[in-house]
Amino acid sequence: MDWFYIKGILILSGINLMAVLGLSLLTGFTGLFSFGHAGFMAIGAYTAAAMGIKLGLPLIPSLLIGGLAAGIFSLFIGKLTLNLKGDYFCIATLGFGEAIRLILDNVQYFGGARGWPGIPLKIDLWNVIIINVVGILILINLINSRHGRNMIAIREEELAAKTIGIDTFKYKMISLFISAVYAGIAGGMVGYYTGFLQPKMFSMNKSTELTIIVIFGGIGSISGSVLGALFLTALPEILRAFALWRLVAYGAAVIFIMISRPEGLMGGKEITLKGIMRLLRLKNRPGKAAEG
Amino acid sequence: MIQFLQQMINGLSIGSVYALMAVGYSLVYSIMNFSNFAHGGIIMLGAYFGFFFLTLFNWPFAMAFLGAAICAAILAVLVERVAYKPLRMRNAPFLYFIISAMGASMFIENFVIATIGPTFKTYPTVFSREPFRLGPLFIGRLDTMMFVISAICLAALIYFIDFTKMGKAIQATAFNPRASALMGINTDLIIITVFAIGGFLAGIAGVLFGMKYTVYPQIGFITIKSFIAAVFGGLGSLPGAVIGSVILGVLETLISGYFSSQFRDLISFSLLIFILVFRPIGLMGKSTEEKA
Repeated sequence: MDWFYIKGILILSGINLMAVLGLSLLTGFTGLFSFGHAGFMAIGAYTAAAMGIKLGLPLIPSLLIGGLAAGIFSLFIGKLTLNLKGDYFCIATLGFGEAIRLILDNVQYFGGARGWPGIPLKIDLWNVIIINVVGILILINLINSRHGRNMIAIREEELAAKTIGIDTFKYKMISLFISAVYAGIAGGMVGYYTGFLQPKMFSMNKSTELTIIVIFGGIGSISGSVLGALFLTALPEILRAFALWRLVAYGAAVIFIMISRPEGLMGGKEITLKGIMRLLRLKNRPGKAAEG
Repeated sequence: MIQFLQQMINGLSIGSVYALMAVGYSLVYSIMNFSNFAHGGIIMLGAYFGFFFLTLFNWPFAMAFLGAAICAAILAVLVERVAYKPLRMRNAPFLYFIISAMGASMFIENFVIATIGPTFKTYPTVFSREPFRLGPLFIGRLDTMMFVISAICLAALIYFIDFTKMGKAIQATAFNPRASALMGINTDLIIITVFAIGGFLAGIAGVLFGMKYTVYPQIGFITIKSFIAAVFGGLGSLPGAVIGSVILGVLETLISGYFSSQFRDLISFSLLIFILVFRPIGLMGKSTEEKA
């Protein structure tokens, strides 16, 4: 395996990670389940690409505008559907995601179903890493703030959260908005990495993949999402030798994780600097005891 | 006017097949309160079974139908045993059921791609393509057959639910699982029965669907429309599933007849969003407050 190939996998993992971080906030920390994040990615991707090609904006501003476009659209969706309960919210987002894809299929200005080529290739490993690090830092700060704790309260028990005076609707809205911005930025990165956009790239399978990564990594864990995105994006490549059977194995693995380790890889836990230090000290201790 | 009647007849026959699939979603939802997304995979397998029974084994038409339905029923129960029962035993939140269902549908779809291949398969012509003539109307033999078989199956299902002891037990479990378990109803057996019925009808629907169009592994995605129909009619309500399916089928054929078939899918998803926003419980659904 040469570096070019590994770099490609890392960039793809980074793009997935960006979308997964947003979904992790929504599903993992607020307890809302979205099937339509590929739709937000699509909005971000097409807006960001349009900013770059038609207006000639540089990478970062066009990604941000793409993310913002997805976020604004999510406010509209949230207003309509966030009052729905459990299952129905996830069905509604599924409907929105697919509707966005089917509308883009018919917009000839962006190439319709045939796709839209000629987007400048501006994504490289270093800017993917920078974007993700910034994204992770913002998310960690958000989750450890009062707002983040309010979201976790909604996940744990919505009724109780409401009783102690948390505006649940507002916080669900904020959570959906931020997660859509992340998804939009990730979508923009897809366009600038592949140089080509097609509505088919943002089908329900993409939303499913993102959700699986979040659950696999562990609900309520950012480091779990990072590990999940890295591992599950690389897994199909590692299993490439088995070509057709790898997705069969993938499906079986998902069921297996759900029935055997439902909290996911890192459910509710984080890898922190302190934790790593403690682990290292534990390993050193027998040596020190021998000295003394 | 003639064209309109013609479209209505086509829509009715498609809608009746949607209804066969939709009751599978609805039955499972009414008992277990989650949407079984693996149902599309079962429909697809039913279509393949029918195809192989007809072409490889040269079974007569009725036997192929019955064989496909029985195989699909067994597989549906198998999916429940493997992917849902362990979760049920642990009282896992509905999120896990949905992820597990997605894993199962991914497994089924890719298993078929790996073993049978991704190519389209066309059913042998069982009925002559010569349509009946009813005055100025042309009624396809296959369309008639689809309508008649679906109507018979649905009538049998309604008889089963309303007049047999097992059917009454299913109703009781749907109304209140805990109380009915205390009253001596074997909930586990009810769930097996519900999955078997859903699978049986899915097998028949799969064969009919395959005869009308073609068979290929992604057919499960098309069947998401029957899920939309179930939501439209009200998840968990059998008459709702039937009415929703017929309306959706007629609407779809009218749209593709008078405008363009490009908009057919978009219309289904827009309908889904519309119903969720304005009447989330569907046409015939009970209040979501009871289910919450």
